[in-house]
Amino acid sequence: MRLLKDLLARRLMLFLTAVPGLLVFLMLLGLVQKSRAILALKSFSQLLFSSSWHPLRGEFGLFPFLMGTLWVTVAAMIIAVPISLLTAVYLSEYAPRFVREFAKPMVDLLAGIPSVVYGVWGVLMVVPFVGKTLAPLFGAYSSGYCVLSGGVVLAIMIFPTIIHVSLEVFSTVPNELREASLSLGATQWETVKHVVLRKGLQGITAAVVLGLSRAFGETIAVLMVVGNVPKLPQSIFDPAYPLPALIANNYGEMMSIPLYDSALMLAALVLLVVVLFFNLAARFILVRAERKAE
Amino acid sequence: MMNLRRRKIEERIFRFFMVTSTVIVLGSLLLIIGAVVVKSLPALKLSMITQTPKGGYYLGKEGGILNAIVGSLYLAGGATLLSFLLSLPIVVFLNVYAKKSSAFATWTRFSLDVLWGVPSIVYGAFGFIIMMFFGLRASLLAGIITVALLELPIMTRAMDEVVRLVPGSLKDASYSLGATKLETAFHVVVRQSLPGIMTAVLIALGRGIGDAASVIFTAGFTDNIPTSLLQPAATLPLAIFYQLGTPFPEVQQRAYASAAVLTLIILAISLGSRLLVGRFAKHRIK
Repeated sequence: MRLLKDLLARRLMLFLTAVPGLLVFLMLLGLVQKSRAILALKSFSQLLFSSSWHPLRGEFGLFPFLMGTLWVTVAAMIIAVPISLLTAVYLSEYAPRFVREFAKPMVDLLAGIPSVVYGVWGVLMVVPFVGKTLAPLFGAYSSGYCVLSGGVVLAIMIFPTIIHVSLEVFSTVPNELREASLSLGATQWETVKHVVLRKGLQGITAAVVLGLSRAFGETIAVLMVVGNVPKLPQSIFDPAYPLPALIANNYGEMMSIPLYDSALMLAALVLLVVVLFFNLAARFILVRAERKAE
Repeated sequence: MMNLRRRKIEERIFRFFMVTSTVIVLGSLLLIIGAVVVKSLPALKLSMITQTPKGGYYLGKEGGILNAIVGSLYLAGGATLLSFLLSLPIVVFLNVYAKKSSAFATWTRFSLDVLWGVPSIVYGAFGFIIMMFFGLRASLLAGIITVALLELPIMTRAMDEVVRLVPGSLKDASYSLGATKLETAFHVVVRQSLPGIMTAVLIALGRGIGDAASVIFTAGFTDNIPTSLLQPAATLPLAIFYQLGTPFPEVQQRAYASAAVLTLIILAISLGSRLLVGRFAKHRIK
């Protein structure tokens, strides 16, 4: 009787465990299925590289949105990568114990703040700062709702991801290596530069790629501060309209205009494929780095 | 000698940059919470959290966001429960039944990692497709299913991390007493990792409450508190988003207040998980 129960439970759990593996494929399949309607009419490259977005005329060029996502993501990465890496190095190599114990929960908390709260904060502080102070400083006009604001908000949102993964990577660097370097007369920074960073290079790359994929798909916070104008941005003070924002903003109308829903599902598919690619790349790098460490 | 001085200076410069970066990271947390709380003070009234929106609420009339608070709690609560019912068996299977190096277990963990990285708007679109497939309308149920899928990788991976740490000798002791794997799983392994499991559940709950992009398609929005699974439900993040989108300063101020309420809920969950960990730790064999 007890063995029977065990067997039944085993079968059930085996079945449930297969769910996550299947879910990825189901998502891809569902989105492909839904975007077929529009792909039947226009070629994939035509949709991706056309700048003409006129749903009422049946024109669904995703190019401005792709570029919008790219601009905002690149801006966020330029801000986030150096700051997060320097913080991770400080916390792992320099900081006294109590600072580390204090900072880690804080970073976790930062990761836990809902994206809509980031958005509200962006509207409250970042947008006016960029619009009224920063843009005139560079002689540009900006409403504040622009690529740079999106980048700043997004950068703060991906700090925790990069810091967390980097800290884990640094903790796998053996202490003997550090001690060897220090005993040769290297300063602490030289030890970091030549030993810790070099040893953890692959892991750091993975951390950055994971941060990048987070940034790529973030929706609400970016949508609230980036302006949402479907034109190609020319500078960081121009508004942009990233892909996730496009999907979120138009769910209301999408059922009333023919092919609109299909175009939005295609946008979601593109997003999913890009993020899957980044994630696979990052995991691949991490696994290889782990193997090398062992 | 010069060389040594240059090296020392380089050390100083980078140390300065590091401290500055750390201050920026921690400072931005304080700045975010501080700014939202300070801005929300003028609009933070008790009626905000005890009343549902009255007619013309979004034009600046009376009312509160009780509908959204309750809606979010229903939605995230249901989703977390559903997600838990899926994750616990998965984690038990991975750690008790599956062999250490089985390709299936590796594949599952890998898929969970990948799912973790999928943006919530894509979950929203996928939830929408499921909804259409089953002929559902935007409702509490559709929202719960979508958010449960979103929470699944977060909860499962967090649980897996702690359940993995249960020593093999503890399991062996249980087997040697004649317990089956199932009995060992629930009487020994789960009990031993209970604090970690609670934390995983609370992390997922926090994610579920705070997420907006996945429910924008699936849960709908309404001024009423839902009384059945098939009715649409308002959620706090969307309430904030819509209030901020109105052109009226009074309503925008309420968006700040709602954001402060949401932040407080998240902080409470995060604090609660720390306290709970202490309480549940008494079942552990050290």
